Amino acid sequence: MSLALIELRRRPGRFAAMLAALGFLVVLLLLLGGLLDGLYRGSTGALRAQDADLLVLASQSRDSLLRSVVGPADRRRVAAVPGVRTVRGLGVALVGVTVPGRDEVADGAVLGYEGGVRGVPLPPRPGEAWVDRRLRADGVREGRRLLLGRGRVPVRVRGFVDDTSYLLQGGIWVRLGTWRRVLRQNRPDAALGPRTVQGLAVRVEPGVDPGRVAAAIRRAAGGRLEALTVAAAVDALPGVQAQNSTFRGIISVTLGIAGLVVGLFFALVTLERTVLYGVLKALGASSAQLAVGVATQAVAATLVAFLAGGLVSLGLVALTPADIPVELRADRAVVTFGGLVVAALVGSALSLRRVVRIEPASVIGGA
Amino acid sequence: MASLELIDVRKTYGSGHTEVVALDHATLTVGDDEIVALVGPSGSGKTTLLSIAGGLLSPTSGQVRVGGEDITRYTNRQRTRFRRRRVGFVFQQVNLVPFLTARENLLVMPRIAGRRDRAVLERADRLLAELGLTEQAHQLPATLSGGERQRVAIGRALMNEPALILVDEPTSALDTRLGEQVMQLIVDEVTSRHTAAVIVTHDPRMARFAHRRVEIVDGHLHAPAPA
Repeated sequence: MSLALIELRRRPGRFAAMLAALGFLVVLLLLLGGLLDGLYRGSTGALRAQDADLLVLASQSRDSLLRSVVGPADRRRVAAVPGVRTVRGLGVALVGVTVPGRDEVADGAVLGYEGGVRGVPLPPRPGEAWVDRRLRADGVREGRRLLLGRGRVPVRVRGFVDDTSYLLQGGIWVRLGTWRRVLRQNRPDAALGPRTVQGLAVRVEPGVDPGRVAAAIRRAAGGRLEALTVAAAVDALPGVQAQNSTFRGIISVTLGIAGLVVGLFFALVTLERTVLYGVLKALGASSAQLAVGVATQAVAATLVAFLAGGLVSLGLVALTPADIPVELRADRAVVTFGGLVVAALVGSALSLRRVVRIEPASVIGGA
Repeated sequence: MASLELIDVRKTYGSGHTEVVALDHATLTVGDDEIVALVGPSGSGKTTLLSIAGGLLSPTSGQVRVGGEDITRYTNRQRTRFRRRRVGFVFQQVNLVPFLTARENLLVMPRIAGRRDRAVLERADRLLAELGLTEQAHQLPATLSGGERQRVAIGRALMNEPALILVDEPTSALDTRLGEQVMQLIVDEVTSRHTAAVIVTHDPRMARFAHRRVEIVDGHLHAPAPA
């Protein structure tokens, strides 16, 4: 074990202040990341699950599936565009969901589809639905009947699916006919014809550039349709980009503060260790060896703080009410740890100059 | 062969009007099993001489050879490697690593050199036994007495089997009785290993433990006087 790690193990009290500050920042970072992931995934799951290269919407909808209407004639035009392999209709209706026996009305997104959604089986029979697991918190159970909207359209829960929410409302996946019925009985003003949908999920032929197909679709529809990649459609969802950039900004600043905490701590510690470093240099230790020791301590302290902060975060998330969309994910934890390690290394590097400048001769003659 | 040869060594700090001569044309030879006491008042150049002999500083002019190795024009990196291999230091304030046990403090030297083999562990244990520290091997410096800490520091200086041991004011923080014990221990350990040593002291009573006494005043070495 290196001197740096021995010191960390034998003198934990010396590092307590930094570990506490770093641990707090870890909790903050994990909760911020968890909220970002929860909000993003809860808002975008239904679109991210589309097994499609392009999402085709009405141009006037300004890239919103909710505002879009695509008629059967335009669907035929899209299907006829060279390079298009499959076209599947898609529609959505945001409704209140009544779970019999429950007083509270849950929020749901009724999604009409024709297949081609990752993680969601083929459309169920009329009057049935695959329901996002998110709605379990509202008392939804397999085999139970739900009443959709003020029109109280009944559907039976066929089973659960994951990560398919839309605008933070649990996805309720039904065949297009059931979705049109929900729309007609809840929003008569927005009722659509029997073959009209809100969007088209388009797969292109293998090896064909989706960008070229998108341009061809726009031309074929005379400008009435817009074709977006699924990623662009996700970004176009209300608030998603603003949400992402806001949270990422806060997370970046917090990482910067973590680096500053480590930097200030080791700057102080290096001042305290001037004699010790001088002695070690006099004994033949190089500045590089001492700098590696400082960096090792910074990374080890970060690991300890991360583990402690991670445990606290898990506890806090377990206590968080279900309506707060926070998700602690392994990939986010790995990225957060990586960011903290980089911040700690940069912070500890601030002491490097001071370590290099310590003269070994200073310990001779009364040091 | 001489363990230490300083030939016409000069060390100055600053330049022009602000130039300070710390060591002025100093010439000194220490035999390979000789113990020399370097005696002089504060500011006389003792520290500078010790630092140059130990490869902590480079001379402004002159030549420095340790164990036959000319270190005069060594770069910082070369001097670092040289100190690791050829010199043992005993510092005035002992300066043990406070969070390491007595045994681990001895093992600092091979650890710095990247050696972790069984031979260095055995050498550390042997030195601890010779210094009467076997019982204290796993104690931290804070729990050792002043004399025990000095003995650990001596053991650390001997760990890398140095050609030259440099001892800086070893008794300045000790009472006379303990100071004499420490000096005797240094002399015994150094003599038994046929290693050379330069011991800096301002206390003439301690200088008598050395084989030879050299005085330094204002950077000038005076002709050796009988110890």
